[in-house]
Amino acid sequence: MKSNNGALISIAAVCLILGIMMAIQFKSTQEVNPDMFPGRVTELTEKLDKAIEERDVLADEVLELREKLKNVREFDIAMADLQDELQKASLAAGMLEIEGPGIVIKLDDSPRALKAGDNPNEAIVHDWDLLLVVNDLKASGAEAISVNGERIISMSEIRCAGTLILINWVKVAPPFEIKAIGDPDMLESGMTMTGGHLMALKNLDYIVAVQKNENINIPAYSGRMKFTYGSPIPYKERAAE
Amino acid sequence: MWLLVLFCLLIGLIIGFQMPILLPAMIAKYMSIAVLAALDSVFGGIRAYMEDGFDNVIFTTGFVANTLLAAGLAYLGDKLGVELYLAAVVVFGARIFQNLGIIRRYLLKKY
Repeated sequence: MKSNNGALISIAAVCLILGIMMAIQFKSTQEVNPDMFPGRVTELTEKLDKAIEERDVLADEVLELREKLKNVREFDIAMADLQDELQKASLAAGMLEIEGPGIVIKLDDSPRALKAGDNPNEAIVHDWDLLLVVNDLKASGAEAISVNGERIISMSEIRCAGTLILINWVKVAPPFEIKAIGDPDMLESGMTMTGGHLMALKNLDYIVAVQKNENINIPAYSGRMKFTYGSPIPYKERAAE
Repeated sequence: MWLLVLFCLLIGLIIGFQMPILLPAMIAKYMSIAVLAALDSVFGGIRAYMEDGFDNVIFTTGFVANTLLAAGLAYLGDKLGVELYLAAVVVFGARIFQNLGIIRRYLLKKY
């Protein structure tokens, strides 16, 4: 091996620099968290971006769903109101079976044997008798009335049809059982009042019985309700009048 | 000669560890390539020295140029999206092993 000072000096200098570089590199790689490498940083940044984007989308969704939930709740409230209104309207129209305290009236033809010269019309219950009794019941505050199971509604007719009576186009015959829901005392006193039609019938020897009852069941109107000619006027037009 | 090399390396390491310089992660990557190039140069120099074909100018310019070129190439590769530093690692690694083999054989012949 030939001694070469210049070569040795350069090798020594290069080794020195190499040592410094290596030391700095060692330190740097040791200090640097593996998570901090550029590739990792990009990856994490991408992930973060994606997560943020996802979060934004989900936040939007939350808002949307909240809005929907609010609408549904409002709709439910509106539906409940409508149901309530419908219930009331149905009740008023007689479309619902109804129960409560009231009176039961029994009415039948006069059992008096007809003598020669007697008018048989004066011994049987006529349609107008029923009509007047029902009218008296209404005047006495009845909330619901039925005659032989036929609910009396606003359009119910009580009409003579030969030997029978038609109510809601259903034939009914004596004995009649008239049920009415309302204040039992009021109804009773209204019906037994002197001058009332029921008392008049009683005086003519018709079979009449008035009985208070704590729980009366009156069926719903079973016929159909059809409006062929009439149609409702919207609220707006009514307000404009 | 070996003692000188080891001594200088040790001194360099001590100086480097004492220096309050910390490389950012971005540069540390290129620095590793530069270190590899420097290591290759040193082994090449030692080999040339043992073969008696040592040229001071070639050695010093080779050291500086290789180091900077390796780091620069790695940087360029990053910019281009090609992992060029892998090429540097492979080439320098192969050459380091080659030089080490040759040095070993010379040493075996000598002693």
